[in-house]
Amino acid sequence: MRKFSLGKAFVPIVGTIALIYLLLPIAHVVLFSFNEKRGRNNIIWNGFSLENWQNPCGAPQVCTAFGNSILVGVVATVIATVLGTMIAIALVRYKFKGRSTVSLLLFTPMATPEVVLGAGLAAQFLLAGVEKGIGTIILAHTMFCISYVVVAVKARVASLNPAIEEAGRDLYASPGQVFWRITLPMLAPGIIGAALLSFALSFDDFIITNFNSGTATTFPKFIYVSALKGVPAQANVLASIVFFGALALVIIVQMVSINKQKRMARS
Amino acid sequence: MAFTAFSGNAKAVEQAPKKRGWIALVLLAPGIAYMLLFFVAPFFQLALTSLQAPAESGGIGQYVAAAQFSNYWVALQEYWPHLLRSFIYSLSATIIGLLISYPLAYLIGVKVRHRPMLQGILLILVVAPFFISFLLRTLAWKAILPSEFIGTHFSVIFGLVYNFIPFMVLPMFASLQALDLRLVEAGSDLYASPATVFRKVTLPLSMPGIVSGTLLSFIPMSGDYVNASREFLGGTGTAMIGNVIESNFLQTQNYPMAAALSIILMAIILIIVATYVRKSGAEDLL
Repeated sequence: MRKFSLGKAFVPIVGTIALIYLLLPIAHVVLFSFNEKRGRNNIIWNGFSLENWQNPCGAPQVCTAFGNSILVGVVATVIATVLGTMIAIALVRYKFKGRSTVSLLLFTPMATPEVVLGAGLAAQFLLAGVEKGIGTIILAHTMFCISYVVVAVKARVASLNPAIEEAGRDLYASPGQVFWRITLPMLAPGIIGAALLSFALSFDDFIITNFNSGTATTFPKFIYVSALKGVPAQANVLASIVFFGALALVIIVQMVSINKQKRMARS
Repeated sequence: MAFTAFSGNAKAVEQAPKKRGWIALVLLAPGIAYMLLFFVAPFFQLALTSLQAPAESGGIGQYVAAAQFSNYWVALQEYWPHLLRSFIYSLSATIIGLLISYPLAYLIGVKVRHRPMLQGILLILVVAPFFISFLLRTLAWKAILPSEFIGTHFSVIFGLVYNFIPFMVLPMFASLQALDLRLVEAGSDLYASPATVFRKVTLPLSMPGIVSGTLLSFIPMSGDYVNASREFLGGTGTAMIGNVIESNFLQTQNYPMAAALSIILMAIILIIVATYVRKSGAEDLL
């Protein structure tokens, strides 16, 4: 029989505790989406109910805020993915003066506290006399999403074998054809991953949004504002829907990539 | 999804950088222009705002361009306890987070390396919190934890640790996943104790992950104001510098004060990060 060793058990034990720590609040959020409505607060368990799920827009403003978050997330992601992918390709593929300055410029937003980014943009909008609203939220989100897109896509571009594109050129494909038929499809997994990351960051952003939203509401801002008087269970329902949707998406992506690895290992 | 950015399992292929400068320029121009306009310019606006003086009219939120450097002195004098508290909280939370995250990253990156299915599941569990609003999760802790604990220094640190663990685990996982286990075996073959092998082989090789993981959490933590706010895990004596910047900017509309504090916060972070990166010998990361 093997002796019990503290050294061997330490990592799994701490790891499991860490996972429980991470996941417990998620379970709480999902559970309380089924809480029976009694009064304003959704803090004490009153009993199981499907009412909130049947009527996810039942609380004032919650669906407007949710819709705004989706709108902001989609627009910011589309712009950031296009601009970020272009930068990533340029950074890996081309030699130019100031390459390290460009890298630094794109890295710094990730190393700046959100409160500074938020206050800076808000000061700029204030000095320029721009009225804050959905538009300014989109402008702000696009900025930090670009940084993350560049990092995610850069890794993919760096792993691309240029020989495949050269083969295309040797077979008389025009530069446009090479890009649209070879480069872009091969970058697709990285670009899709970057877009999903960017959407997730935008969708859950609160700090920068709070500084630049004016009277417009996003889903996180709705939760923050209602935290004072009690967040309605409908917020839990909508958050749970997003959670299970994203989880399903990630599980499918993981399965596909594991299967691919297995197939490659076999051949 | 989120971890594709960090896992770094794609191997880099030798790229021969081309020299056709105009294509690079076309690819870069729109994105860089965007960043100059919405990332770099706001820093200048912040600097200008931080030097403003109250308008003659004396209305709330009315300021005029000036060179009132004393704003910084006033800001420091009034809010140094909040600055200090922010860095004590963030430093404590970073250290506690590291002690929790490293074993988890080791479990996923080393212990279950040869079981891709289990590894995939564990990774999904680590990023799962990203899929559900962090505000709701933080409020969930407020409901789960005993009410006597809420509103203390410890509950704020608890919340900071909680919110930033995934940001620590992912880069550490990427480093540990790339760790060549033959080096570890070689160490024990040469009669090094497990502790020595860890100290001399595993730890130094996973240093890049530790450095980026701790930075990716320490920096946002120091500017956070959600955990410390009274509606969440904070109380009367827990306000961090983020809370002060927020209330000065959005509530009392004391823009110069908020701007001066933002610049002070950024300057302190830059000094801390530069020192840390130099001390840990991880300059290549930047």
